[in-house]
Amino acid sequence: MRLTDEELAMRAGAFGPAVQWAIEHQIRVGRYLGADDFVPVTQAHIMADTESLGVAGVEWLEGWARLPAAQRRVRVPTITDPRGTDFAAAARLKQQPWMLDLERRAIAAFEALGILMTDTCINYQTIMPPVHGEHVAYGDTGVVIYCNSVCGARSNFEGGPSALSAGLTGRTPRYGYHLDERRRATLVIHIGATPRDLNDWGALGGIVGRLAGDYWQVPALVGLDRVPGSDEMKHFGAALASYGSVALFHMVGITPEAQRLDDMLPQGDIPTHDVGDADIRAFHAAYAKDIDKVDLVVFSAPQLSLVEMRQVADLLDGRRVTIPLLAITSPQVKPDADRMGLTRRIEAAGGTVLAGMCFYQSYAREMAEANGWQRLATNSAKLTNIIGGYGYRPALMSMEACVAAACAGGVIGARNER
Amino acid sequence: MSGRVFYAAAGMGAKVRAPALVAKDGFSARYDLDRIKGVFSRPQHKLAGESYVGRVLVLDAAKGGVATAWMLYEMKSRGVMPAALVLNAVNPIMVQGVALADFTMISGFEEDITQAIASGAMVEVDPTGERPCIRML
Repeated sequence: MRLTDEELAMRAGAFGPAVQWAIEHQIRVGRYLGADDFVPVTQAHIMADTESLGVAGVEWLEGWARLPAAQRRVRVPTITDPRGTDFAAAARLKQQPWMLDLERRAIAAFEALGILMTDTCINYQTIMPPVHGEHVAYGDTGVVIYCNSVCGARSNFEGGPSALSAGLTGRTPRYGYHLDERRRATLVIHIGATPRDLNDWGALGGIVGRLAGDYWQVPALVGLDRVPGSDEMKHFGAALASYGSVALFHMVGITPEAQRLDDMLPQGDIPTHDVGDADIRAFHAAYAKDIDKVDLVVFSAPQLSLVEMRQVADLLDGRRVTIPLLAITSPQVKPDADRMGLTRRIEAAGGTVLAGMCFYQSYAREMAEANGWQRLATNSAKLTNIIGGYGYRPALMSMEACVAAACAGGVIGARNER
Repeated sequence: MSGRVFYAAAGMGAKVRAPALVAKDGFSARYDLDRIKGVFSRPQHKLAGESYVGRVLVLDAAKGGVATAWMLYEMKSRGVMPAALVLNAVNPIMVQGVALADFTMISGFEEDITQAIASGAMVEVDPTGERPCIRML
């Protein structure tokens, strides 16, 4: 990689050992992935829940946090993905003291590094959405795909160590979606039926993700009959990134880099696929075919917007849940939900509102064992994809069907009426 | 099959020898593994129930989210980890995680590497040469 004088100085240790480690890490990653040089970034976003970090990762962070202040502070605004708990509700979730202790240690280390503890995976809805063409270093695949595709920003998936590196150096290796040539479509998806509910958008994302297959594929969707809203884009993108490891999509006539299909097509033929209503139904049906009752309902992954919080509150008005129902949002949305009475309405019906965490990032396996949870209903296709690895049996259903199940002792009625 | 060599587009880490564990399926530490028990835990994964500890994982593509970037380091700290990763296609997360953990990985082959190597075969993964490779022993 070509290095500037400043980058050479970083590598030589002129800015201290944290920056030296960071630029060396970025050079190793950049070389592997074919970067010629670095590109400056304006923001970084770090995924670093302690279930991922473990004790070893927290101790590693604490090592940097002990450096003198001038050697440990990030250079560009650096924010965080959801944490592993909502401290106010940890006892209700039966999370253990050691989990909370590890979380507190991680938070203290991040704060010492100058990182803003936003604890959100919907920063594009609540903090500071990037602008078209802005180079950023975001963690959380849902954040990356939304910001690349809907905002026209430029980021690769930056895992915690690399996002932290970008914060410390103010740059990232220039490969992948920082480059024009990587942003062209590699497959075209003809949509036969525009999804209606959020779970349908997630299902469509999952189907396209499976068709795409890997990180370097860029699907272009053709045939949607309306412009999806932010929450619909959020669920679609999060599922596409989860099932396919995809970081960028185009919707022709909708997203900013694909006003016409020709704008994003490479020379020559590329694969095309048709996806219709039957595919979306089959996607739902494939999960938990034999489940007729669930132990809990989770709205999470991504965190809920204020609009989704109101939808949950509206559905619960005048009803009473008889199994746990968790509505998980960001620390930025939560005060508005409190102020507008949404939290009160959800909790009056027996639901639980959580903030700053995400279900699968919060010791999901241990929570399952402590609470006797196994069968889970959600309207998040992303959560459906992830949570099986933690021992749950998920059912993907509409928000309405999830709430109905929560109010019927977990019994599933019409799973996905359209 | 002994002695056959398959060259990769890129590699990182030290040379290792171990038995292969192979499947035409993806890989994500968060989605697919019970990292405490050291087994594949996602029921839909083709290696569900199999121990990955000390094995060279030969899989199709890196999948899922960003957590693997931390998890490989954590897995290595406890010694409950594969010997190496061999993938047809990586994503940046896998590369970042391998870089943090000083782990061994090679990726990018002219053929489908999951069809070329049998589970249980003893292999050597060598990212240190001019051309990273996996060699049948």
